[in-house]
Amino acid sequence: MTAGTSPSLSMAPAVELHDVRFAYGAGPDVVAISHLAIPRGETVFLHGPSGSGKTTLLGLLAGVLRATRGRVQILGTDLTRLSNGERDAFRARHLGYVFQQFNLIPYLSVRENILLPVRLDAARRARLQGVDPVRAADALAAELDIAQALEKPVTQLSVGQQQRVAVARSLIASPEVVICDEPTSALDSDRRERFLQLLFASCRKAGATLVFVSHDMSLQPLFSRAISLPEVNTASAVALVEN
Amino acid sequence: MGSILRLALQSLRSRAFTSLLTVASIALSVTLLVGIEHVRAGVRESFAGTIRGVDLIVGARGGTLQILLSTVFGIGAPSGAVSWETYERWSAHPAVSWTIPYALGDSHRGYRVIGTTNAFYERYRFRQDGRVTFATGAPASSETDVVIGAEVAERLRYKVGDPIVVTHGLQGGGISDHEAHPFTIVGVLNRTFTPIDRAIYVTLEGLEAMHEDFEAAPTPVTPPAIGTPSGDAPPAMPGAEAPPAMPGATPPVMPGAEPPPVMPGAQAPPTMPGAEAPPVMPGAAPPPAMPGAEPPPVVAPAASPDSVEDEDHAEHDHEPSQISAFFVGTKNRFEALQLQRELNTDFTEPLTAIIPGVSLGELWQNIASAEVGLRIVAAFAVAIGLTGMLVALYSSLDARRREMAILRAVGAGPRTIVSLLVFESALLALIGCVVGVALVYVILALGQGAIEARSGVHLTLRALGATEWKYLALVLVSGTLIGFVPALKAYRNSLSDGLAPRS
Repeated sequence: MTAGTSPSLSMAPAVELHDVRFAYGAGPDVVAISHLAIPRGETVFLHGPSGSGKTTLLGLLAGVLRATRGRVQILGTDLTRLSNGERDAFRARHLGYVFQQFNLIPYLSVRENILLPVRLDAARRARLQGVDPVRAADALAAELDIAQALEKPVTQLSVGQQQRVAVARSLIASPEVVICDEPTSALDSDRRERFLQLLFASCRKAGATLVFVSHDMSLQPLFSRAISLPEVNTASAVALVEN
Repeated sequence: MGSILRLALQSLRSRAFTSLLTVASIALSVTLLVGIEHVRAGVRESFAGTIRGVDLIVGARGGTLQILLSTVFGIGAPSGAVSWETYERWSAHPAVSWTIPYALGDSHRGYRVIGTTNAFYERYRFRQDGRVTFATGAPASSETDVVIGAEVAERLRYKVGDPIVVTHGLQGGGISDHEAHPFTIVGVLNRTFTPIDRAIYVTLEGLEAMHEDFEAAPTPVTPPAIGTPSGDAPPAMPGAEAPPAMPGATPPVMPGAEPPPVMPGAQAPPTMPGAEAPPVMPGAAPPPAMPGAEPPPVVAPAASPDSVEDEDHAEHDHEPSQISAFFVGTKNRFEALQLQRELNTDFTEPLTAIIPGVSLGELWQNIASAEVGLRIVAAFAVAIGLTGMLVALYSSLDARRREMAILRAVGAGPRTIVSLLVFESALLALIGCVVGVALVYVILALGQGAIEARSGVHLTLRALGATEWKYLALVLVSGTLIGFVPALKAYRNSLSDGLAPRS
């Protein structure tokens, strides 16, 4: 399946959910969303308190989890109709992902961490369109103000630097969608804002749609759009499963 | 695939210490496994090459192993004696190309003294086409000449020109020294890595003369009371007082020991050691009491310049009347079997002819059962090494959940994670194999001298044989398969964790 490459799909929204239900095993639904659409190029702030189904929703969007019902369309491709392997390949090609913290593989250098997506996936590498991967990584590092850290061992980086390395990794080879799962929670408020400015600039430059999840409402004004998860997710059992 | 291999390498390197320990445990077990096989093959090769080019070994009727051990390996006493007439008669057989007489009996400080002829230096072969060559000196030609093996020369620090004295009997310790007939070293042989290195060679005449001198010498000799009617065992044999030299008295070293079959008519009970006296002392005593003994032909007395009692010498001839065994080279190897049959059915004297290759094979079979034990130990060592790797990889998994989640996030499927861990264990096994084999060669190269000195086994550094490769492949395959255990655990972890590992 060559998802997301045909012209008819290229204008599909970045994310579109229809009547999505998800439950862990035989348990109750933790995600129940009748409709949710995120247009391309937006910076979306997805907020909700702990236990509102944020991490589960991100798992669905990234294609790590498979909806029990409904359609999860990313760039027009319904992930629920892909096999496990196809979803992994789709994620490798089209998505960037930034964790809350501990984003880096400790035994790789900073540069190698940034290069990981293009090293592991040939289709992602092809998106560089001939640009040398190392150059692309170095350019991103310069943009995110971590060029001086490229040769350092990961363990010597500050938390802020680590998160910027993670952003560089998520953005290498210009994926269409970048998902961030509370990447600023470990940063203090000054750095938080600086980090977000860099994130936005880089996403804009890469042409990526940003889906940013956080419970920190103070960040909301910085985004082009905000979605309150408790309002969208009508599942009743969410708080029981998530934390 | 290439990038995952690289990732696996980097991951292993990041856990250098654990990886090193794992590699060490695998390497050591591989060293044991391959080393044992290597040594086994080397010993077997060295063993099989102890004697070459000889088609038959003929001794008095007896066990084949006893004949083989006493003549080729210098272990135990011979099965009896073969008369000089019989030896000459068979030497003249039309199928026989050459013969080497072998008369055994005395020792010098624990090393066997063997009476033989020049044919030994010319015809005897070992390993591929190893010849008996001289480091210094030349073959023994006169009856006071002696040639020593390389180990004898080295251990006893002997050189050409040194005088030596031979002890009677096979055991060292100078029960009765043949001081009356001192020898002079005329040659030192090159190292052969066979029992030749531990032997001392004299001429048949020299051996004869020695005993005659010994008889004549005033050294008190306890007259053996073991008078037996056996024609082959003169009652006055000085050897009778050295029981360890007697076949019947040292059963452990003689697998094939049989009741002395020397003279069917005049059979001595097996408990009588004297019945089978060392045959190297033929006619040592004047044989009035020996019905079957041949009177030595009276020829011109051999010159014996260093003899103390020339008068006595004059009465004796140094021509041997019997030898322990003889080696036969046939004109046509295909006739060896036929000749063996003829020899075994000799009516005038009961003989046993063995084909050295066949008997070596039989002997190896006896030894080979010990190999199985060694192999089992080595197999367990490998199992322990691989289990160590399993433990190391498995216990690292919980700490690596975060790493797996990151890989999942950048698009790695569970299959990639499985292959990462399988690669890791395969790499550990591979490195372990390489290091293990390298260690075998290092140990062999460094220990060669010590092994040679201790066991006389010459281990050549040779390429790995088919069995060794098979073992290595087995270790590698099991190492890779074992990698699936942590890999499947990581697979399940990554499925349940997704992008949200507990950490």
